[in-house]
Amino acid sequence: MRAGELLALLGPSGSGKTTLLRIIAGLDFPDRGRIIFGGDDATRVPVQQRAVGFVFQHYALFKHLTVADNIAYGLNARRRSERPEKAEIKRRVGNLLDLIKLSGFADRYPSQLSGGQRQRIALARALAVEPRVLLLDEPFGALDAQVRKDLRRWLREIHDRTGQTTIFVTHDQDEALELSDRVAVLDRGRLEQVGTPDEVQEKPVSPLVLKFLGDTIEVEAIAQDGKVLVNGRTTPLTAPAGLTGPVKLYARPWQLQFAEADTAHLHGTVRSSYRTQGRQRIEVDRENAKTVVVEASDTARLAQGRPVGLRIVGGWVFP
Amino acid sequence: MAAPLAAPAAPPVRPRRRFRQKSVIPGFGLTLGYTLTCLGLVVLLPLAALVAKAGGLGIAGIWEVATDPRVASALRVSFGVSLLAALTASIFGGIVAWVLTRYDFPGRRLADAVVDLPFALPTAVAGIALASLYAPNGLVGAQLARIGIEAAYTPVGIFIAMVFIGLPFAVRTVQPLIGEIDKEVEEASAILGASRVATLTKVVLPPLIPAVLTGFALAFARGVGEYGSIIFIAGNLPYVSEIAPLLIVIKLSEFDYQGASAIAVIMLAISFLTLLAINLIQAWSRRRFGYV
Repeated sequence: MRAGELLALLGPSGSGKTTLLRIIAGLDFPDRGRIIFGGDDATRVPVQQRAVGFVFQHYALFKHLTVADNIAYGLNARRRSERPEKAEIKRRVGNLLDLIKLSGFADRYPSQLSGGQRQRIALARALAVEPRVLLLDEPFGALDAQVRKDLRRWLREIHDRTGQTTIFVTHDQDEALELSDRVAVLDRGRLEQVGTPDEVQEKPVSPLVLKFLGDTIEVEAIAQDGKVLVNGRTTPLTAPAGLTGPVKLYARPWQLQFAEADTAHLHGTVRSSYRTQGRQRIEVDRENAKTVVVEASDTARLAQGRPVGLRIVGGWVFP
Repeated sequence: MAAPLAAPAAPPVRPRRRFRQKSVIPGFGLTLGYTLTCLGLVVLLPLAALVAKAGGLGIAGIWEVATDPRVASALRVSFGVSLLAALTASIFGGIVAWVLTRYDFPGRRLADAVVDLPFALPTAVAGIALASLYAPNGLVGAQLARIGIEAAYTPVGIFIAMVFIGLPFAVRTVQPLIGEIDKEVEEASAILGASRVATLTKVVLPPLIPAVLTGFALAFARGVGEYGSIIFIAGNLPYVSEIAPLLIVIKLSEFDYQGASAIAVIMLAISFLTLLAINLIQAWSRRRFGYV
């Protein structure tokens, strides 16, 4: 984790993302290993002194306090010697309210606000104590799609402006890829891969990372002399050194193209097609094999039941 | 916080019945009528009869009864000790509710069931049990006597009996709210640097206040009205440990029906005012804490 970066913890449910985040915050305790903040071992530092900010999926605001009191809570909780003066607290709360664009809401109670507004207040509350690291646990999970999109963009803006080191947990790959500087993919408690969104998408280290980042097609293939063959025809892929014999080839829907039968790797018939956002997704039934989904431009219209050939133009094989 | 289904904005056919909103939930007229009949027959009618009976004395007559030193002292004991006992029951009841809800330990369900026992026990049985325990030669009374506290046959005894019967109210009103406390809210408080004590006083307790007040009001009302368990342990010395309900019974046995009902009406008035005050505080705190 680098200072000032926005890191996404991505993984299927039950992969340990939230647990890891809670361990970093000091809410749960690791069986092994240590938590290090900027060179200091924080493993034994109690949660109150860890100086982290935490935003919960369900906001966890203090219902009996006004918005302003919620945001000021962390400052007011400090020991008298470290507590800023009243006017200073008020000023900081005002600045944070400006930052989250809720300036007129200081005296409202959380129950009078919408989900998106509540989550922004939760964020301001976490930022108020100037944490060393900000932790967000599925911060947009409880919000509807439109609000989620707006908040995503807005969080990115805030991060760019404040440079606050941030880790956020999500199971939504789009969210992780759009928002983060780097993505850490977790599975069953293990860190599979850490890298920039480009790295994890272009060079996934395992089928799991690949599958988790988007729709994937699996094709039986054979690796031979550094080449990968499907149905006896070579593909543009190169096999990793030393790999021979049957392998699995993984491809994205857009890495298959319709082709004439004499150049095609796969054959099948069109089962159905639907259009979404200017693209066309076509399901192709294959003989004795799994149905594959192909993505093509909107212009090609293919009748149901029509036989088609498919060419593989890209993909991955893993040792 | 589901909003009630709003009636369509069509102009009312019969403006006379404007107060009645169209609703998909049927039976408004029937249930309201039933409620009013029950309330009238079971609650208001006997109380009205009581006031009528005492009314025979006139305001001056009731005032005279109220200022009679023995009556005044009994009222002071009844209400003073009830308030003190309700306060104690609220604090200890809150702790009991907290432990029973927040922690899991062997025998928790059993302990939870024991809380209700003072509800179910005939009050005379409770009184005799308490009296024998706290008497100077009793199990607890002997220990207390050694450090110079006389429990039985003093206002302390009344206090103990009232706490005993008020405790279940205090526990049962707070318990559901403690169960609803969001663990994440406490964690949020801790992450923001608040100590355990600060989290408790600033985050956990404030939302419980309305329920604590309800428990307090119920325990207080029960304490004021309690008779059976107290007379066994109180010693019933006039001017010292005599409670108002006992005085009513004494007046009745002397065939002074008007005097008895006069004391009853005074108790009624004080109780009503106290409960009203508690309700107002509750409404205020509810508004303040932003609950709808």
